[in-house]
Amino acid sequence: MERSRRSFLKILGISTLGLGTLSAVDLLAKAEMGKAEYSPNPKGMTGKRWALVVDVKKLDEETTQKAIEACHLIHNVPDYGDEEEIKWIWTDKYEHVFPGQEHAYLAEEIEEKPFLLLCNHCSNPPCVRVCPTQATWQRGDGIVMMDQHRCIGCRYCMAACPFGARSFNWKDPRTTYFKDKEPPNPKYPTRTKGVVEKCNLCAERLAVGEMPACVEAVKDSKAIVFGDLEDPHSEARELLHERFAIRRRPELGTSPNVYYIV
Amino acid sequence: MLETALKGSKKYWILIGVLFGLHGIGVTAFLYQLNKGLTVTGMSRDVSWGLYIAQFTFLVGVAASAVMVVLPYYLHNVKEFGKITILGEFLAVAAVNMCLMFILVDLGKPMRMLNVILHPTPNSILFWDMVVLNGYLFLNIIIGWVVLSAERKQVEPPKWVKPLIYLSIPWAVSIHTVTAFLYAGLPGRHFWLTAIMAARFLASAFAAGPALLILLCLIVRRVSKFDPGKEAIQKVANIVIYALIISIFFVLLEIFTAFYSQIPGHMHGFVYTFVGLNGYGNLVPWTWASAVMAVVATLMLLCPPLRKNETTLAISCLLVFFSLWIEKGITLVITGFIPNPFDTITEYVPTLPEVAITVGIWATGFLILTILYKIAVSVKEEIAS
Ligand code: SF4
Ligand code: SF4
Ligand code: SF4
Repeated sequence: MERSRRSFLKILGISTLGLGTLSAVDLLAKAEMGKAEYSPNPKGMTGKRWALVVDVKKLDEETTQKAIEACHLIHNVPDYGDEEEIKWIWTDKYEHVFPGQEHAYLAEEIEEKPFLLLCNHCSNPPCVRVCPTQATWQRGDGIVMMDQHRCIGCRYCMAACPFGARSFNWKDPRTTYFKDKEPPNPKYPTRTKGVVEKCNLCAERLAVGEMPACVEAVKDSKAIVFGDLEDPHSEARELLHERFAIRRRPELGTSPNVYYIV
Repeated sequence: MLETALKGSKKYWILIGVLFGLHGIGVTAFLYQLNKGLTVTGMSRDVSWGLYIAQFTFLVGVAASAVMVVLPYYLHNVKEFGKITILGEFLAVAAVNMCLMFILVDLGKPMRMLNVILHPTPNSILFWDMVVLNGYLFLNIIIGWVVLSAERKQVEPPKWVKPLIYLSIPWAVSIHTVTAFLYAGLPGRHFWLTAIMAARFLASAFAAGPALLILLCLIVRRVSKFDPGKEAIQKVANIVIYALIISIFFVLLEIFTAFYSQIPGHMHGFVYTFVGLNGYGNLVPWTWASAVMAVVATLMLLCPPLRKNETTLAISCLLVFFSLWIEKGITLVITGFIPNPFDTITEYVPTLPEVAITVGIWATGFLILTILYKIAVSVKEEIAS
C-alpha cells in the first residue's frame, strides 16, 4: 500500500518524502513550510502511537467550547446545525458516550459533565478496513487519515465506525455555508460535496511541531494531554500510569486511542 | 438477434415508452442530485445509507436467484426448467444492472467511481462486491446470449459455455454472500452483526427472486405465444415456499437470540421495527405489513389447490415479493443505523427526488428486462412456428 501510494505521488510530482502521504492536509502543511522542498520539517513531531488523554474532571462547558471552536475554526468546519451537521470534535453526556454503562444512580457530577468526543484514531480501525479506495488509511504513527481527493463518498466507513466520528458533506460547503463568508483559516482547504471528513489529529500541525489545536486551546487547564503511548516518558503515558482511565466501547476491539479520566 | 427487439406490437411499444418516460424522470432527478449533492435525499449523519443501498441489497438477491432454475436444470436434469433458464438469466442481467445503478447514485462522488479499480483494496468487502457483481453480470450475459443463439439455430450450444454455466452457480451464491458480508462484519451495528446474515439473505432471495420469475412467466404466457409450462411454474413455486419458510425461520432465530439473551443492543433493532423505540416508529407499519404478507403467502402456498390455481399462485407470489422487498429493500438496512452509536435515534424518510431516482432505476431495469425478454420470447416463438 505504502509503495503504490509513493509511486502515485511521484507521478504527480509532489512527493513529500518522509510523510509519504497524499492529502490536502500535508500539501498545505508543506506549502507553509516552503523552504524544505523535499524533506519533512525538522521541527515536526514524530511518534509511534499518538493518543489523547482527556481529563473529564477538568472540563466544563466553557473549556470544551474553546476546544471545539479552536478545531472547527482552524479546519474550516461548517456549522450547519441540522441532521447533516459536520463535526470533528463535540460534546455529549456520559450516557451517550458510554452507552450501556450508565445506571440510574450515576454520580451527579458525571451525569451532566460534557465529554469531549472525536475520532479515536483506533489502532485497529474498522473504517480503514472497509474503505474500498484507501481514501481512509492509517499512518505509521497511528493517525487515521482521510484523503478527500480520493474518497468516492460511499459512506461505508460511516457505517463501520462504531463511534460516530465521521461526517459526510451532504451539500457543498463552498456554495452553502461559505458562500458569503470567508473560511476562517485560508491555509486549510475547505471540502467539496460528497466526501467524508473527520478529526485528523491535526496532522498538519504536528508536521510543523505544533500541538493539536484542541489541546493547545485548553492548555491552561491541561484538560487534554497529547502524547506518544509507545514512549514510556511521554506525558500521556505517565498520566495513564497515575490515573484510572477508560475508553469508549473497548469490547469492539478497535483499540481506541482517546482515553478518559473520569 | 437484437433486431427482434425492434419489431413488436403496439402494447410492447407503449410499455417501452412508459418505462422510458420513468427512466427520464429518474435521470432528471439524478442530475438535480448531482448538482445539489446528496443533501436532496433523506439520509443524514446518523442514517448514512438509505433507500438506494437497500434497493441494491434486495436486487442482488433477485439476481442471485437465477441459480434456482439454472442449478436444477444443469445439475439435476430437471427438464421442465430448460425453457425458462433463459428467463432466469436475463432477469439476473437486469437485476445486476439495477444494482450497479443504485450503487452509482448513492456515491457522493460518482465520477470517481473508478477509484475502486485504480486503488484495489482487497480488505474492503465493497471491493469484492464490485468484482463479483460485474463478474456475474458478464457470466449471465454471455451464457444467456450464447445459449439462446444456439437455440435459434437449433444446434447444441458450444462446449465452452458449459464450464461458465457451472461457474455461474457458486458465483450466484457468492454475490449474495458478499453483499451480506457488507453488513455482517461491522463492529457496533448489532442488528447486522450476525453470522446468519448471509444465510438469511440467500433464503429470502431464493423466495423473492423465483416469486418474481413466476409472475414474469405468467405475464409472458399472456402476451406471447411462448408458454413456459405449467409444470415449470409449479416447480418454481415449490422452491418459493421452501425458501420462504426457511427465511421466516431464520428471522425467528434472530428474534429468539435477541430476546432470550435480553442483551439490549441485540433487541433494540427488532423493538424499533416491530413496535417502535423511545417513541420512534416510522418502520412499524412496514414491518407488520411485511410480516403479515409473509405469513399469508406461506399459508396460501402450503395449500395445494391455492398453489395449483394460477390466479391464487400469482397473488401469493406478489405477497412474497412485496413482503421480502420491504424486509430487505427498506427495513433491514435502515434499522441497522437505529439507534446510532450514541444510543439516540434519528429517523429516516426518503425524499421526493430520492424516490424519483429509485423509481427511475427500477424502470430502467425493467426496460432492460423487457427488451431482453422480448428477444428471448421472439426466438422461442420463431422455433415453435
Ligand atoms: S473512531 Fe471511527 S473513524 Fe476514528 S479511527 Fe476509530 S473507527 Fe475510524
Ligand atoms: S466514503 Fe470515502 S473514505 Fe469512506 S469508505 Fe468510502 S471512499 Fe473510503
Ligand atoms: S486533534 Fe486536531 S483535528 Fe482532532 S479534534 Fe483536536 S483540533 Fe480537531
